[in-house]
Amino acid sequence: MTAFLEAMRLVAAPDVLIAIMASAVYGLVVGSLPGLSATMATALLVPVTFYLSPIAAVATIITASAMAIFSGDIPGALMRIPGTPASAAYTDEAYAMTRKGQAELALGAGLWFSAIGGIVGTLSLVLMAPALAEMALSFSTFEYFWLAFLGLMCATLVARSSPIKAIAAMLLGLLFACIGIENPGGVPRFTLGITDLLGGIEPIPALVGVFAVSEVMRAMTTPEPPPLPRRRFGSILAGQWALTKKYQWPMWRGNIVGIIIGVLPGAGADMAAWVSYATAKRFSKEPEKFGTGHPEGLVEAGASNNASLASGWVPSLLFGIPGDTITAIAIGVLYMKGLNPGPTLFTERASSMYALYIIFVLANIIMIPLGIVMIRAASLVLRAPRSAVMPVIVLLCAVGAFATGNNLFSVLLVGLFGIVGFVMERNGYPVAALVLGIVMGTMVEQNFVTSLIKSDGDVLPFFERPVSSVLAAMTIAALLWPAAVWAIRRLRPAEAAR
Amino acid sequence: MIQFTRRGALAAGALAGIAPLARPALGQGRYPSRPVTVICPWGAGGGTDATARIVANLLEKELGQPFNVVNRTGGSGVVGHSAIAQAAPDGHTIGMLTVEIAMMHWQGLTELKPTSYTPLALMNEDPPGVQVNVNSPYRDIKSLADAIKASPAGRFKASGTGQGGIWHLALAGWLLAMGLRADHVRWVPSNGAAPAMQDLAAGGVDLVTCSVPEARAIIEAGRARSLAVMAAQRNPQFPDVPTLKESLGIDYNTGAWRGMAGPANLPPEIARTLTTALQKVYDGREYKEFMASRGFGVVWADAAGFAAFMERSDASLGAAMRAAGLART
Repeated sequence: MTAFLEAMRLVAAPDVLIAIMASAVYGLVVGSLPGLSATMATALLVPVTFYLSPIAAVATIITASAMAIFSGDIPGALMRIPGTPASAAYTDEAYAMTRKGQAELALGAGLWFSAIGGIVGTLSLVLMAPALAEMALSFSTFEYFWLAFLGLMCATLVARSSPIKAIAAMLLGLLFACIGIENPGGVPRFTLGITDLLGGIEPIPALVGVFAVSEVMRAMTTPEPPPLPRRRFGSILAGQWALTKKYQWPMWRGNIVGIIIGVLPGAGADMAAWVSYATAKRFSKEPEKFGTGHPEGLVEAGASNNASLASGWVPSLLFGIPGDTITAIAIGVLYMKGLNPGPTLFTERASSMYALYIIFVLANIIMIPLGIVMIRAASLVLRAPRSAVMPVIVLLCAVGAFATGNNLFSVLLVGLFGIVGFVMERNGYPVAALVLGIVMGTMVEQNFVTSLIKSDGDVLPFFERPVSSVLAAMTIAALLWPAAVWAIRRLRPAEAAR
Repeated sequence: MIQFTRRGALAAGALAGIAPLARPALGQGRYPSRPVTVICPWGAGGGTDATARIVANLLEKELGQPFNVVNRTGGSGVVGHSAIAQAAPDGHTIGMLTVEIAMMHWQGLTELKPTSYTPLALMNEDPPGVQVNVNSPYRDIKSLADAIKASPAGRFKASGTGQGGIWHLALAGWLLAMGLRADHVRWVPSNGAAPAMQDLAAGGVDLVTCSVPEARAIIEAGRARSLAVMAAQRNPQFPDVPTLKESLGIDYNTGAWRGMAGPANLPPEIARTLTTALQKVYDGREYKEFMASRGFGVVWADAAGFAAFMERSDASLGAAMRAAGLART
C-alpha cells in the first residue's frame, strides 16, 4: 500500500504529468499522419528521454505509443489510408462506414474500444504478468511458425475479393519479404547489388506506398466523388455504449487475443489486429456484412491492437525480451534510466512498477477526451477539397519514409509500392494482403528454417510439442475449411438437381 | 530600450547571411565551427544508438558545438558505415563504427574495411558469455566443453544472432580454440540476442553465446546461467563467471566493439582535437556511469591504438569466418 501511495506521488509530479500530456498530443498527431507509425513515434522520443526523469521518460513512451495506435485509425476511416500498420486490417471497413455517413461511429468505435483494450491489457499486466510471461517463455520457434502461418491465413479470411486473388497478393508480399540479407542463411537475396536492398523491404514504406500513394494516384485518375452530405459531425461517443452491449463477446475476444499475441515476443499490435478482425468475421452471425461498413470487426480489432500494446510490456519488464518493436525501444530506455528489466523490478522497485501501471490507465483515460478533439479536428479533412489534401499526403509520405532511416531509398520504395498498389487495386487484388505477407514473411521463414535446423530436418517436432500441435490443428482446420465449404456447396446443387 | 526597426532587422539579416560564408575562413583555427553530425549505423533505441548518443552529448559539452546523432539505418549496417566513409573529411561528419565493419567485407557485402576510416577512439567492448538454460545438466563450462567434445558434430545447437553474426563467430572461434571444427556445434540463426535467450529459456537451443548485458535480464530472472566469458578479465557485474582461460586454459577472447571514427583523410589536427575530447569523455564520471547502467563494458584506445585493435579484430574475425565457411573473399 505504501508502495502504491509512493507510486501515486511519483506520477503526480508536475514533470511526469506534463510529459504525459505532451506525449499524448504528440502521439495522436504522429499516429494520425500517414507514413509515421507508432514505432517511429517511440523511436523519435528516445533522444528526448535523455533529459527526463525515469518515470517521465517511460511515461512518454507508454502514452505516445497508445495514442499513436489509436489515432492510426483516423486517416484510415476518413481517407482509406491507415496511419499505422496496426490499422491496416480494418481500414476498408472503417472507410466504408464513413462513405455510409457513419464516420463518427467508426472513429468513436476506434477510440472507445482502443481505450477499453488498453485498460484491459493493463489489467492483464497487473494481475497476470508472471503467468503470461511463463506462457511467452514456453513458445519456441515451432510454435511461432504455426502462429505466423495462422496470421498469413487471415489474408484469405479478411479479403472481400476472391480468395485466389488474396492469396496471390499475399504470396507477392512473401516474395518481397525474401529480399535482403536478414534471412536465416545470412545470404543476400534479390539485392541486385544494391546496398540499400541488403536490409530488405521494411513494412512501413510498403504500407505507405500501397495505401497512401496509390490512393493519391487513384484520386488523380478519377473524378471527384460526390461530396459527403454537409452536416455537423454528430456525437462521437453516442453509439458506443450500444455497440459495447451488442458486441460484448467480440470485444472480450479481441481483448484476450490481443493480450495473448502482445505477450508473445515478436508478434505485436499489427498481428493482433489482423487475427482479431479475421476471427470477428469468422465467428460473426452476419459475416456477409463485413467490408460494407459493419462495426463488429472494428470493435474486436480496435480493442485487440491496444490490448496487445499493454501486454507487450510483460516479457519486456520481466525478462528484457521485447514483446514488439515499440517495447524493443522501450527496453533501452528502461536500462538507461536504471529501471533494469527483471523480477527485481517488481519486488525492489515496486513503486516504480505501480507508477507504470497508473500511467497506462491514465493514458488510456485521457485518450478519450483528447481523441475526441483530434477526431473533430481531423474531420475537417472530409470537407477540404481533394486537390488540397492529396499533395499534403504525398509530402507526408515522403517525409515519413525518409525519417524511418534518414535514407532517400525508402522514399523511392514508397513511390514504387504506390505503383504496385495502384495496379493491384485496379485489378481487384487486395493490397492489405500484400502488406500482411511482407509483415509476416520474415517471421514464417525464420521460424520454419530455424526449427528445421534444430530438429535436424525432421518435421515431426512441429506436431509433437503440446502447444505446437494445437496451433497446427488450428492452422490445418483453417486451411481445409474453405475447401470443405466449397466442396459442400458444389455437392448440394447436384443433389437438388437430382 | 531596444527598438526593432526595419533597417536594424535588415542589417541583422544581412549579417546572418554573411556569417556562414565567413565561417570557414574564421573556423580554420578553431574546430568545430558548426554543428557536427554523428552517424549511427543502427536504429534508435539499440545499444549502439545509446552509446552514440551519450558520447555525442558529452562531446557537445567538451567542444561547445551541437553533436547531432543521425541514425542512418538499412543494408544491415552497410548504409550507415558507407555514409561515414563517404562524408566530407572536414570533421563535421563523424560516426560510430561497430564490429560489423571488420566482418562485412569478408562476406563480400561491401568494400569498406577498418582502414577506410580515420580512427579516433575505441569506446566500448562487450565480450560474449556462454549461457545455458538453468535446468541444463551442465553446471560449469568444463562439463559443457567435455560434453561438446564427446558428442557427434551437430548434436549441440547454439544461437545468439543471425548466421555469420558476431556471436556466431565467437562460438566458431571458441570451438576452433578447443581443437574442434567450427561447425561442430550447429548454429541456429536468430533475430538478435533477445529472441535467442528466449528460445534458450523455452528449451529450443542448448547454449547461447551473446554478450552478458544482453543476457542479463534472463539470468537475473533465474532462467539461464552464464558459465564463462570469452574475455581476458571477468565482468565486474558477474564476478562469479570465470573466463575461458582460467576455467579451460584456452586463451581465446573476442567481443563486439564500438568506436568513433571519421572518413579517411581527416586533417590530423581535427582528429587530434576529437581524440583528446573523446578521452575526456571516456575519463569522465558521466560516461562510466551511463555505460555501467546499461551493463556495457568500457575499453579505451586512442587513434593509433584503435587502428591496431581493429586490425587485430579484422584478422581474427576473418580467420573465424573462413573456418566457418562464411567468408567469400
